[in-house]
Amino acid sequence: MLDKIWDRHTVHTQIDRPDLIYIDLHLLHEVTSPQAFEGLRIAKRHVRRPDLTFATVDHNLPTTDRSLPIHDDLARNQIAALQKNARDFGITLYDVDSEKQGIVHVIGPELGLTQPGMTIVCGDSHTSTHGAFGALAFGIGTSQVEHVLATQCLPMDKPKSMQIKLSGKLSKGVTAKDVILGIISRIGVDGGSGHVIEYTGETIKAFSMEERMTICNMSIEAGARAGMISPDATTISYLMNKIPLEDIEDVKSLTDSWLDLASDKECQFDSVIEIDARSLEPCVTWGTNPEMSIPITESIPNPEKATSQEAKQAMQRALSYMDLQPGVPIQNISIDRVFIGSCTNSRLSDLQAAAAILKGNKVNENVKAMVVPGSTAVKKEAEELGLDKIFVDAGFEWRESGCSMCLGMNPDILNPGERCASTSNRNFEGRQGKGGRTHLVSPETAAGAAIAGHFVDAREWID
Amino acid sequence: MKPFTSHEGQVVPLDRVDVDTDQIIPKQFLKRIERTGYGQFLFHDWRRKEDGTPDPTFCLNRKKFKNGSILVAGKNFGCGSSREHAPWALIDHGFRVVISSSFADIFKTNCYENGLLPVELPENQTARLLTLAEEHKAFKVTVDLVAKKISDRQGWEEDFEIDPFVRDSLMEGLDRISHTMSLEEHIKNYENQLFL
Repeated sequence: MLDKIWDRHTVHTQIDRPDLIYIDLHLLHEVTSPQAFEGLRIAKRHVRRPDLTFATVDHNLPTTDRSLPIHDDLARNQIAALQKNARDFGITLYDVDSEKQGIVHVIGPELGLTQPGMTIVCGDSHTSTHGAFGALAFGIGTSQVEHVLATQCLPMDKPKSMQIKLSGKLSKGVTAKDVILGIISRIGVDGGSGHVIEYTGETIKAFSMEERMTICNMSIEAGARAGMISPDATTISYLMNKIPLEDIEDVKSLTDSWLDLASDKECQFDSVIEIDARSLEPCVTWGTNPEMSIPITESIPNPEKATSQEAKQAMQRALSYMDLQPGVPIQNISIDRVFIGSCTNSRLSDLQAAAAILKGNKVNENVKAMVVPGSTAVKKEAEELGLDKIFVDAGFEWRESGCSMCLGMNPDILNPGERCASTSNRNFEGRQGKGGRTHLVSPETAAGAAIAGHFVDAREWID
Repeated sequence: MKPFTSHEGQVVPLDRVDVDTDQIIPKQFLKRIERTGYGQFLFHDWRRKEDGTPDPTFCLNRKKFKNGSILVAGKNFGCGSSREHAPWALIDHGFRVVISSSFADIFKTNCYENGLLPVELPENQTARLLTLAEEHKAFKVTVDLVAKKISDRQGWEEDFEIDPFVRDSLMEGLDRISHTMSLEEHIKNYENQLFL
């Protein structure tokens, strides 16, 4: 599939030079774009394809009442800069007050912008999310944002391909989040470096589009350039509800062309990894990168058992930052905060899964919990289903959409020393606030932990 | 972009693996809309103790490494977020070269775009540099992009590999956008065949 998409987007090739690749969809947000627009202005360049470029505000937007002014001057300026840039260069912006606003990787698929076979870029590493649709989608830096704005192309060498094949049926309560955490713990935070990972196998086929997005989203946490999943009937059925069918002449030939993108049975990958899905359990990270995770039934690992001196030091450093002792069962670890949100786990099905566990229960008195829907549309849909009431009744704060405490650029941050069960994607030191301690989990585990006040085996909480 | 041909500088050892861009430059400093001025925020949290005072043991705070311009670190340097503020902060602080046994893909590209040279060496060589930087008073190496060699004054020399286009771009300080724009005819042809 990588080869098919690559070949279809190659504008120009030259010996000893990278291929020039055409970009079908360019998504922008407020944090990584201002310097790119500044660069265009200085060089007196225009945006080549404003019609293929869409912007939204998500990273530093407060998730409290949207009618109030933003207190943080820098955040307000950055949002104002995006508003001006979108206006000046003729780019569609889903602004603070738009019904279509949301985390850039949630709204792309939701609005039908993300489609199979596309090349998609955004100045954000979690752009890999869109690969769930059989697109080649990857994060870029600000200079490349400027490059795509000016030329709609990027010079690139084709990454290598890696197949991760998952076979077997997951046991109940083991989620897509647990699967991707399990994969990263096996291949490491740099296991996918230089590669595009294609996830295949019956376990992946059985996943919904939202579950597939969770998987592809965290490909970058394994160091991969992108993650992708071949389009199938699930992909088509999702998109039929999202794209404007009346504008399409021949729907059947369009969907057939999507199915043609799927990797051929005999195709060769540069590397192949096989994982038995039946071996996977709900996962919790214990350290300071997404590779450092254990199944919920296990205890904090011992650095003395590390395979190298380097690994031992990294483990010791992580345990010290996380204030954890080797040998303690992870279920004995108490938490202070719960965050349900982020481009990994803030879609409707994530909120439904958490709400199913929370219904009729109360958040532990020692825990402060919040839920931040991935988009304004997800929030609205959830409210129509009464999920907001379940969350609020349980003691959660029900917020407006945005990236929020996944990276804590807005006021939603952990205090130093606070321990958080978070459905986000990165547990780096200080990620959710200086001194904050992040444990990555699924929405189900986060909901169970919110009630119990410590990590729990979500399998015991699901009816 | 400042052209890069050869650079001699003191080595600063950062003996940690999987250094992520959240550590290189924490998110609270990403709200600015300029490309410059990030050097003061480089490794912000690691430079400080819990009470906010400078940590004298952290490499960037040690007097000995004050004039260092070549950072050496453990594997998988620059993993995580795509923030280009990471190379901006390294450059603004005075670094011209980062050496590691491996770099995260997006970070590496962001370095190329800004004239910061990421040099990949085998793990035993980066380990050697980490040790020598600690042992010597001011351990210097020369990174020669033209010859694709790194060497020290004691006669040690090691070749490194780099993509030929990247090397040419860095040596010329090439504006990559102008280069792509010179292929306008091909882009137009591609669009015509696609959209007409």
